[in-house]
Amino acid sequence: MDTKAFREGFRDGIPIGLGYLAVSFSLGISAKQAGLTPLQGFVTSFLENASAGEYIAFTLIGAGATYIELCLMTIIANARYLLMSCAMSQRFSPDTPMIHRFLVAFDLTDELFGIAIGRPGYLNPYYSYGAFLVALPGWSIGTAAGVIAGNLLPGDIVKALSVSLFGMFLAIIIPPARKDKVVLVLIIISFAASYLCSRLPVIRDISSGTRTIILTLIIAGIAAWRFPPQTEITPENADAQKEQGADV
Amino acid sequence: MSGNIYIYIAIVAITSYLIRVLPLTLIRKPIKNRFIRSFLYYVPYVTLAVMTFPAIIDATATPLAGALALIAGIFMAWKGLGLFPVAIACCIIAYLGGLIF
Repeated sequence: MDTKAFREGFRDGIPIGLGYLAVSFSLGISAKQAGLTPLQGFVTSFLENASAGEYIAFTLIGAGATYIELCLMTIIANARYLLMSCAMSQRFSPDTPMIHRFLVAFDLTDELFGIAIGRPGYLNPYYSYGAFLVALPGWSIGTAAGVIAGNLLPGDIVKALSVSLFGMFLAIIIPPARKDKVVLVLIIISFAASYLCSRLPVIRDISSGTRTIILTLIIAGIAAWRFPPQTEITPENADAQKEQGADV
Repeated sequence: MSGNIYIYIAIVAITSYLIRVLPLTLIRKPIKNRFIRSFLYYVPYVTLAVMTFPAIIDATATPLAGALALIAGIFMAWKGLGLFPVAIACCIIAYLGGLIF
């Protein structure tokens, strides 16, 4: 048990847990519309841990969808986690016991993936567990509260709280962009492409989860083909960067 | 609701866990292929960037409030502030921006 990493994970998980509380609160409102009880909302959020995926699930459940439809849409809405899981598989030390792979996968979300992958060196599962300890309750309790309270908080506050998630994304992607110009250019291209795809007719009707998958495959694919990283990013030289005081 | 709610919940729980756990547990060795390594290195940045914009301006009371939060967030992250300060500042700016604009 690595208590230092656990505490760091807990600390970094706090903004995530708070953001989750707000986002899942509004998710709870759609769970209520689908006819779920607070406990059912809690259990769904505890077990699925996905905003877009759950939103789609609640919509489908409310509409009385078939089990097959629900399964297929869950795969599509959550397909980006397949990519993140591949990326994470490369950052585990060969010495880390297998059980940690099963446990870390349980709460592999955009934000928890982001903070784990943003740390230098091999993944430390205890860092992730520390973050899970705040993120999981935040997410599940928020959903249950949303079902119970409906619209308790004023809409403006809910909206402002949901921005905390995007602030965290920025804190993850911007510092590396300062050091790696390819990453900087990729972020700008991603912003522009994502904006266009959300506004252009026909394309904008594709769900945002699916758009995220398609854009990720295309942009990261072209970048990997044309601009492979100059220095191979390995846990070893990421550690070296840290020792030089770089803020990875 | 026409199906059984607990079967619905089981389906989303099992499906979403399999998506997350299969690559992590099946890919045990370091991937040697240079393209795949590079691709996986770039994936998180592209995914998070795509999810941030324009979602941030669509999430706030007005697009301008979201744009202000975005610019402030980029600036603070560039200056090396951590997750928590950037996240909180973005919330406050989005809220105030929503009141003013």
